[in-house]
Amino acid sequence: MKLTVASSPHIRGNFRTNRIMLDVVLALLPALGVGIWQMGLRALYVTLLSIGSAVVAEWLYSLLTRTRNTVVDGSAVVTGLLLAMTLPVTVPYWLVAAGSVFAIIFVKALWGGLGQNIFNPALAARALMLLIFPVGIVRYTVDGVTAATPLHHMVMPALPEESLLDMFLGNCPGSIGEISAVALLLGGIYLICRKVISPRIPVAYLGTVAVLTLVFSKTDSPVSWMLYSLLSGGVMLGAIFMATDYATSPATPVGQWVFGVGCGALTVIFRYFGLFPEGVTYAILLMNALVWTIDRYTPIRRFGKNKGGVEK
Amino acid sequence: MKHLFFGGIHPKYNKEMSTKTVTLPVITPKQVVIPLQQHIGIPCTPLVKVGDRVLRGQKIGDGEGLCVPVHASVSGLVTAIEPRPHPTLGSIPAVVIENDFQDESVLMPIPETPEEILHTIREAGIVGMGGAAFPGDVKALSAMGKVDTLIANACECEPYITADDALLRTAPELVLKGMQILADLLQPEKIVLAVEDNKDLAIAKIRSVLEYYPEITLQVLPTRYPQGAEKQLIQAITGREVSPGELPVSVGCAVFNVSTFAAISRAVLRGFPVIQRIVTVSGEAIAQPQNFAVRIGTSFHDLIEIAGGLHEKTERVICGGPMMGVAQSDLSVSVVKATNSILCLLKDQNGAAENPVCLRCGKCVSVCPMRLQPLYMYRFVNAGRLDELERLHITDCMECGSCAFTCPGKLPLVERFRKGKKMLKEAKAK
Repeated sequence: MKLTVASSPHIRGNFRTNRIMLDVVLALLPALGVGIWQMGLRALYVTLLSIGSAVVAEWLYSLLTRTRNTVVDGSAVVTGLLLAMTLPVTVPYWLVAAGSVFAIIFVKALWGGLGQNIFNPALAARALMLLIFPVGIVRYTVDGVTAATPLHHMVMPALPEESLLDMFLGNCPGSIGEISAVALLLGGIYLICRKVISPRIPVAYLGTVAVLTLVFSKTDSPVSWMLYSLLSGGVMLGAIFMATDYATSPATPVGQWVFGVGCGALTVIFRYFGLFPEGVTYAILLMNALVWTIDRYTPIRRFGKNKGGVEK
Repeated sequence: MKHLFFGGIHPKYNKEMSTKTVTLPVITPKQVVIPLQQHIGIPCTPLVKVGDRVLRGQKIGDGEGLCVPVHASVSGLVTAIEPRPHPTLGSIPAVVIENDFQDESVLMPIPETPEEILHTIREAGIVGMGGAAFPGDVKALSAMGKVDTLIANACECEPYITADDALLRTAPELVLKGMQILADLLQPEKIVLAVEDNKDLAIAKIRSVLEYYPEITLQVLPTRYPQGAEKQLIQAITGREVSPGELPVSVGCAVFNVSTFAAISRAVLRGFPVIQRIVTVSGEAIAQPQNFAVRIGTSFHDLIEIAGGLHEKTERVICGGPMMGVAQSDLSVSVVKATNSILCLLKDQNGAAENPVCLRCGKCVSVCPMRLQPLYMYRFVNAGRLDELERLHITDCMECGSCAFTCPGKLPLVERFRKGKKMLKEAKAK
C-alpha cells in the first residue's frame, strides 16, 4: 500500500471559494429583485448581459493564456452582477458588455487573477464607463421617464422629494441594485450571519457617513439630511458589497475599521466637493489603493505582548 | 459563546468512533522495538547488548544532560541494537527485544522525599505524554516554587483522539493522585484539571471521585481547537499570555498532560517506569477503531492488524491527530512514549486543491490562536522575503493548522510556514 506523506493538517474544513461567491450572489438577489420590480425587465437583461460578458471574458482569458479555467470559482459571476447593480437601467447594452469585459480582463485577470487585483473590478469598470460615456451612466428613469435621483436634489442642496420610507424600501430612481436600502441590509445581514464578511467595514463606512453628514449638514434638519445621505446613491451597496470585497479590502481587524472610516469620509468629501453627485465609486477605489499599506500599519497585537501575568 | 483563547476552529471531532468499546485491551506483541530516544534532548546510550535477557521495566538505555532513560516493556532476549524508523525522528538506534511472554518484572523503589520523587520521575523515563515529550523531571524542577497554577491538560482537542478520554474514564484517580504528587513538589496555589465539554463520561467519572481531592478544581471548557495547546490552555484557564520565546513558568503556570500525571502516579506509588500507554487507533480507514493499552515499542503495523487492518483505499497513516500529526511512510515504526494516536485516513479526506488561490478573505487571521497574519506569511514565504517574515513573527506559529483548515482557497499554509521558518533559521545560522 502506498501511503502519502504530506504536511499536516491532514483534514480540511468544508469551506469553498465558490460557496462564498454563491452566498454573495444570494445576498444580492433581494436588491436585484427590487430593481427589476421598479425598473422592469430591462434591469434583468442588463444584469444577465453583465454577468454573461464577465463569465465569457474570464473563460476566454483562461483559454487564450492557457491557464486554468477559473470560471468555476464563481468570482466572474459576482463581478458581473456587482457591476450591473451600479448601472442605471437605461445603460446601452454595448456599454455593459464592454465594462464587464474590462472589469474581468484589465482590472482582475491581468493583475494575476482572483485575490491579486488591487482595485475592485466592478467599481473600476464603472469609473471607466463614467469617464468615456457619462451620458449612458447618469441617466435614470422612473416608469420610463427620465428623473433626477434623490442625490441630484441633494447637490442643490435640498432634501429629496421622496419620503424616507420610499427610499428605504427602494421606491425611488437610481441604479439597478442601489435603490432599496432594506434589501441591501438584508443581504448584508445574511453575509454577516454566514460569516462571509465581518460587520467592521460596513459599520465603519455607514457610521462615518452618518456622523459627518449629521455634523456638516447642508440643510436645517441634520437628522433628515443624515438619513437621506445614508439611503441615497450607492452608499449602502458600496458599504456592504463593494468595500467588503476580499481582494481589495484589509485583512486585519483594525485595518478594516480604518478602511471603512476612510471610505465613509471620502464618500462625503466627494459628494460635497466633487464634480458628480455621487462619491462612493471613487472613495472605495482610492481606499483600495491603500489596502496593503493599511494592513501593514495596523498589525495585530502579538500574542504574549502586554498580557503577561507575572512581571519579569 | 465566549472564547477563552484567541481564534480557533470547530473541526468535526469524530471521537465517538473510538469510544464505542469500553474495554481497554492490553497489547503485548511478539517483538518490541524500543527507540533509544523518545524525548526532546540527548539520545540514550544502550545499557544492554545483543543476547542479553532483559526484564520488564529494566532500564535499557540512559544518558547525561537533558535525557531520560528508556525501559524494556516486555521480558525477553535482546536480538538487535540498530537504527530503526521512529515516527517523528527518522531512523534512530533502537533496542529490539523478542518477547518471552514471562512478563518477569523489576520495579523501582518507592520514593519518599521530594528529591527522591524527582529522581523517580526521571528514572521512570517520564516525558510530556501529550506529544511534546519534554523530560518530565526537568519541567517539574524548573517550575518548583515558581508557579501559582498547576494545570492537568485533558483537553485532547485534536479530532479522533480519545486516549486521554479513555484514561479518565478508566482510571481517573491515577490522574488525580499524580496531580497531588506534583502539587506537593511544586506548591502551587491552584490545581486545575482542564477538560473539554465533549467528554461527558470522563467528566462524570472525575466528578464521582473529586470529593476525595478537595484541593483540585475541575474546569470544563467549551470545546474548541487548539485549546489543548499549552499557551492557549494557559490563556483559557488564567487569562495570561505566555510571551514569545518564554516558557509557561514565566506566567506562573505549569501544564502537564493527564497521561503524564498517570505515569507519575504509577512510578511514584507503584514503582513502574513508562512501559505502556493508551493509544487510540482510529480513522475512517481502520476496520475497528478503539483504544488500546499498548506496550512501548509495539509496531504500528501490529496495532493496525489488531484493530482489524486498513481499508484498501487508505491514503495516510498518521502518528498523532489529523491537525498536527506526522504522516508515516513505514508502518514498522514503534509506538513511543508520546504516541497518543494512530490515525488512518482514506483518500480525499484531505480536501487539498490542485490550484490553491488566496482570496484575501482574512479567515486565516481570525482563526489564528497566535494572532498572526497567515495570508501575508504565505505570500512572503513564496517571495522569499525573510525580513517580512520576521516582521510578521512567523516563528510564533505553532503549526496548529487552524488557518489551513479554514482556508477556502485550500492554500498549503502550514507547509509553507515550516519552509519559511527553516529559511529564517538557516539565514540566521550564517
